[in-house]
Amino acid sequence: MSVPYAKLPRWVDYGLIPLINLIVAFAVAGLVVLLVGESPLRAAAIMVEGAFGRGQNIAYTLFYATSFIFTGLAVAVAFHGGLFNIGGEGQAYVGGLGVVLVALNLDGVFPWWVNFPLAVIGAGLAGALWALIPAYLQAKRGSHIVITTIMFNFIAASLMVYLLVDVLKPLGQMAPQTRAFAEGAQLPKLNWIIELFGARIRSAPFNISFLLALLAAFGVWVLIWRTKLGYEIRTQGHSPKAARYAGIGEARIIIITMMISGALAGMMALNPVMGAQNRLQLDFVTGAGFVGIAVALMGRSHPVGIVPAAILFGMLYQGGAEIAFEMPAISRDMIVVIQGLVILFAGALEHMFRPAIQTFFASLGAGKRVTAAREGRV
Amino acid sequence: MANAAIQLIGINKSFGPVHANRDIHLEVPRGTIHGIIGENGAGKSTLMSILYGFYQADRGDILVNGTKASIKTPNDAIASGIGMVHQHFMLVDNFTVLENIILGTEGNALLNTSIAKARAELKRLEREYGLEVNPDAVVEDLAVGLQQRVEILKALYRGADILILDEPTGVLTPAEADHLFRILARLKEEGKTVILITHKLREIMAITDNVSVMRQGTMVATRKTSETTVEELAELMVGRRVLLRVEKGPANPGAVKLSVKNLTVRDARKVEMVKDVSFEVRAGEIVGIAGVAGNGQSELIGTIAGLRKALSGTVLLDGEPIDVTGTADPGNLRDRGLAHVPEDRHHVGLVLAYEEQENAILGYHDHKQYLTGFFLNRSAIRADAEEKIRNYDIRPANPHLKTANFSGGNQQKIVLAREIEKDPGVLIVGQPTRGVDVGAIEFIHKRLIAMRDAGKAVLLISVELDEIRSLSDRILVMFDGRIVGERDGEAGEGELGLLMAGVERREAAE
Repeated sequence: MSVPYAKLPRWVDYGLIPLINLIVAFAVAGLVVLLVGESPLRAAAIMVEGAFGRGQNIAYTLFYATSFIFTGLAVAVAFHGGLFNIGGEGQAYVGGLGVVLVALNLDGVFPWWVNFPLAVIGAGLAGALWALIPAYLQAKRGSHIVITTIMFNFIAASLMVYLLVDVLKPLGQMAPQTRAFAEGAQLPKLNWIIELFGARIRSAPFNISFLLALLAAFGVWVLIWRTKLGYEIRTQGHSPKAARYAGIGEARIIIITMMISGALAGMMALNPVMGAQNRLQLDFVTGAGFVGIAVALMGRSHPVGIVPAAILFGMLYQGGAEIAFEMPAISRDMIVVIQGLVILFAGALEHMFRPAIQTFFASLGAGKRVTAAREGRV
Repeated sequence: MANAAIQLIGINKSFGPVHANRDIHLEVPRGTIHGIIGENGAGKSTLMSILYGFYQADRGDILVNGTKASIKTPNDAIASGIGMVHQHFMLVDNFTVLENIILGTEGNALLNTSIAKARAELKRLEREYGLEVNPDAVVEDLAVGLQQRVEILKALYRGADILILDEPTGVLTPAEADHLFRILARLKEEGKTVILITHKLREIMAITDNVSVMRQGTMVATRKTSETTVEELAELMVGRRVLLRVEKGPANPGAVKLSVKNLTVRDARKVEMVKDVSFEVRAGEIVGIAGVAGNGQSELIGTIAGLRKALSGTVLLDGEPIDVTGTADPGNLRDRGLAHVPEDRHHVGLVLAYEEQENAILGYHDHKQYLTGFFLNRSAIRADAEEKIRNYDIRPANPHLKTANFSGGNQQKIVLAREIEKDPGVLIVGQPTRGVDVGAIEFIHKRLIAMRDAGKAVLLISVELDEIRSLSDRILVMFDGRIVGERDGEAGEGELGLLMAGVERREAAE
């Protein structure tokens, strides 16, 4: 006996359900704020104001969003291949190494528009190679990718500390970071776009890698839904048995998918390293790799969902920082709690409200779109 | 009527725009076996789900033993004395029979009293209905037929007077099915009422007292089984005349296309599933492999098609070896003209989440005609899918519809269209009509005969002995991993049945 199968209209699937999940997440987060003894309404107002209130804030929100688009896409590509890449954090970190190799060597030689594409390649390559090892272990030895990618986050962190302290740090400097890049490795800002709309921005790190992120989103869409490779990746992801039957080499797909995923995660490094800090710092990824998991879950692994989801998390980062600043009772950790709730409701509990909504739409007999009753498959 | 166990009056149920049940009236007299037949999607499962409380009717009444019953959940149904044996068993595999039977009626926190009670009750049921099963056996160790018996016992244990069985013989061997029918007859003698949902006409004729036919959500007829014929029922089901036995001319075998020599295959547990098997398939003939499920047929065709590795042996395709112990790969074999319709279309032959047109290229997605360089040529793929939809009458005729939303018969047609249209020299077919409705079975059988007549070699495995007998020019019987006999297509059912049961050839001849 099969369950009644009511297909929901697309706007419900991709719009209404995430929205309901989000509202519930914020409602529960509001309760937490209330428990701490602050007004949830005021917190919400500060958050929205802090994320979008002034041009400055919008620029910061989009700066964070840029990183999350990259890591979200990275997780999404792996998802389509049936792989759970939790290693975005480490791949992005090592991606930073690819960026500085280009930046430190060429920043005095070429202008930014030559160095930028080289750094994109460097970042992508470094991230891809870092993902290659777990991918190889999964494909050839059956080591579970979730475990190995988590471990590789730690290895990446240790590796980068060693490199920053012992290799990349200029002599006589105390902080574990590279020297500042010359102008040839500093990415142009995009703040003027926001200023076009009349806002004023003092300084914000919103830079051209945002455009690269949008391009990558489009590229991922083309790859997954319009190419032969994408077809093979999806087949492997939906049904490894069907992929075997179709003559799709499992090992090959695992390795290629993970390398693409790692490359996307690695490119995240461009945004903070070349776009904002203009040097490689310790822990510059600051959790973006993990946020990417939430972004991909919330965006349904589709670029059209990932970009807004990334902006939402950018808002949580930027607006959250403002809350922590304005409301002393709410620390940064509280912001992490709120983000966690969004992940919980948008990702892990994604299906919680679905049956009810399906029943509701089925009872409406909602329109022609509801193809129903796949019944009694025998 | 006073002695009706179940009376359904004007049942209506819609899912969105689909009217799955339309004004259904049904009367099941107490102490009878009542068959309900219909094609996939005719609404029989929906109707039974309403009776068992999975869904609620939009309109209409259910009367149990003459009084109106409000059945909102399966628990209400159980309380009204209705029990259900599902097509896919609802058992906990690693529990014992006894534990499974008390599941849901455990009673107090300590299980000892309820277990003791269940054990006694089970003894009684065993005596009364001839339902022997070891109460301490772990369910996953039991044969499928025995697992089904546990399901029946579970329903009886909960006091069911009315038993609904949904496609009960789909997973059973002929012998197990016979046994089930004896049990059902016994239940009837003891005054129980049985509702049997099936699409197998033979079963209806063999065991039921009355039969109701559903088509497209309506109840089109109810007949006394003794007063109807298979032909009439098939016609009522489909709405037109159906050929139940395919007509085919004599085979005209040509050159050897596929040659298997001393093939031995082990499964993941290192048990030898195929033992030293040798045979040939020639151009222009259909070779059927008969056998009770689990005797190595699946492993055999899986190995030839490149899905699993052999331990030893050789396979020649058009005289050229296939590296069955090493690098054989389905993609590569496809290029060499070997097509495969797998047994498990849901997980192997199709990606259910895909659009129809995406499945229409599965395995052939690297063919130039579907590609523009690195990209999929979407218009070519769609045109190709539309052509196959026309040629194979796949319904609904929508290449963008998700494959999961097609009925079993139409899904199978998607697979067949894909594999046959590429004009392979050898076609391996596993369970071509499992879960497929009568109308589509006829169509699929005709296509397979047409393949043969076009000079292709067809290797067929099926658990439906009728299917093997009506399609095959030669029949090989597999038992315990070996081919224990070869017969021509005219071999009798009894003779093949004995071979399938592993009875020696000499005894079979006697």
